Amino acid sequence: MATIVLKLGDDISTDVIYPGRYMATVLPSETPQFAFADMTQFNAKLKAKEIPAGSIVAAGKNFGCGSSREQAASALCGHGLTIIAEDFARIFLQNSINLGLHLVICPGFAASEGEEIELAKETVVNKSSGVSFPILQLPRARQAIIDAGGLIPYTRQRLLASTHRAP
Amino acid sequence: MTIVEKILARAAGRDTVKAGDVVEPRVDLAMSHENGALVINQFLEVFKDTGREPVPWDPSKIAIIFDHRVPAESPKTASNQKKIRAFVARHAITKFHDIRGDVGGICHQILPENGYVRPGFVVVGTDSHTTSHGALGAFAFGIGATEMASVWTLGIAVNVEVPETIRVNVTGRFPRFVGPKDLILHLIGVISAQGANFKVIEFYGETITRMSTSGRLVLCNMSVEAGATSGIVPADEETLRYLRDEAGVKEKLVPVTADSDAHYVRVVDIDVSSLEPQIACPHTVDNVKPVGQVAGTKVHQVVIGSCTNGRLDDLEIAAGIVRGKKVAGGTRMLVFPASGRIYQKALAEGLIADFMAAGAVVMNPGCGPCLGIHEGALGDNETALSTTNRNFKGRMGNPQSEVYLCSPAVAAASALTGEITDPRKGTGE
Repeated sequence: MATIVLKLGDDISTDVIYPGRYMATVLPSETPQFAFADMTQFNAKLKAKEIPAGSIVAAGKNFGCGSSREQAASALCGHGLTIIAEDFARIFLQNSINLGLHLVICPGFAASEGEEIELAKETVVNKSSGVSFPILQLPRARQAIIDAGGLIPYTRQRLLASTHRAP
Repeated sequence: MTIVEKILARAAGRDTVKAGDVVEPRVDLAMSHENGALVINQFLEVFKDTGREPVPWDPSKIAIIFDHRVPAESPKTASNQKKIRAFVARHAITKFHDIRGDVGGICHQILPENGYVRPGFVVVGTDSHTTSHGALGAFAFGIGATEMASVWTLGIAVNVEVPETIRVNVTGRFPRFVGPKDLILHLIGVISAQGANFKVIEFYGETITRMSTSGRLVLCNMSVEAGATSGIVPADEETLRYLRDEAGVKEKLVPVTADSDAHYVRVVDIDVSSLEPQIACPHTVDNVKPVGQVAGTKVHQVVIGSCTNGRLDDLEIAAGIVRGKKVAGGTRMLVFPASGRIYQKALAEGLIADFMAAGAVVMNPGCGPCLGIHEGALGDNETALSTTNRNFKGRMGNPQSEVYLCSPAVAAASALTGEITDPRKGTGE
């Protein structure tokens, strides 16, 4: 069981997730303080550690559209959030897989802030409404990266497996 | 095969590929800007405890251009830039453009004007507007910093799913004061901010054939605002002219064209002959309206420039409108040429003098106020009208402000009146 701590609409851009003026901060250890920085109340709760790891941010379509800034993924990752959205923008999806941010693609997902949900392998169940929603699996092309625990360990494996690198 | 299928087949050493296949293309050009500091961090992390020397696979294929915060606005940025300079020197990275008036500028102008991008190339960049470089017939897409660290290590983009392609056919001649920016805003309005997610957009038609490389860069630049992985204009005579005459490329260039039986998931036809100036209204780029519907909206700051519309032809259009006139009181007009080279041409043509005489502030080339991190921030409840590419909430540094997007002609005409103005009426003549 996990609680929906924030409910957002469609087309939530990386400018909303991680405002551009904090982009000089790059290290994953430092970016979480600026997660949703312009949503001041939610950001304050995150910084006060009032949001337990595993909590859910629910959104509509095209979550993470816009800039390629990886801080958007690393900032959410640092708080241990899970993002359930109807779908995700390409670069954000990729960055999240690379860094190990937990994303769930769930078309038609409907829930409100404060509701409890149960996250299974193939479905999300809204415990409040009793409705269950099917999960779309992440792109199969990226499974090897997920299995390796992220793109850095995956690339390290590939590097060590190669006697020489691409010309 | 579509163009992206052909490019990925070649780069992956295969005869054919089709949309949905997973390939690992060799990368021809890998571009970063100030976020190269994070790429370096992740790159060193990959090599940690491997016993291997952390050396990039091919420094000649790495480009690093400082543009997001130039000159540095804070000690933190200055230190990031310093860290990158040390890495560049250590690995003899030659496609490095520091903060300079002669060869500096915005990455999406520096790459084309130096001939770094060629038809058929696979280009990756740690910037979402890397889609721009499809204007030269390349497959160019944005990636994150950790993914770039992987490219620097292996020289390939790992596990790339070949994208499907949308074909856009454009016909007709643009009316006066209507151009590529209006076309791409109109297209994004039609197909939506998600309409091309995970797909490539190929641009065709007589309007595209006649269009300069500068205009094609506008189309491909903003393709990402419809979610596209890349925009691509098939390389043609104009592409070869640009690369040879303007970018000084001497090597043989081989355009990649789609097969006549290439498969498109969607075809969109647009006739521009009756297109009106288009405005993207707050807070999404697909909230597009003809200028008449928002004319009269008070504007506090007009921005002309950026990787979208900071090229010489953009500045010529804007200067032609403000020449001999004055920016309205209560409105600030900021002009950002896309590169030092463009700035110098604009100086030689007298455009900079025109802007300054009208009351505009001409800034150094760079990303400037576009993403609200450096300069030109908006006050509470202020409105900006900008030739840049994004109007997301908070984009120009203040969530309590609004950003409208438009062409250089609309921006210049509006600077004179202090409100959103149709350049075809009154002040624009």
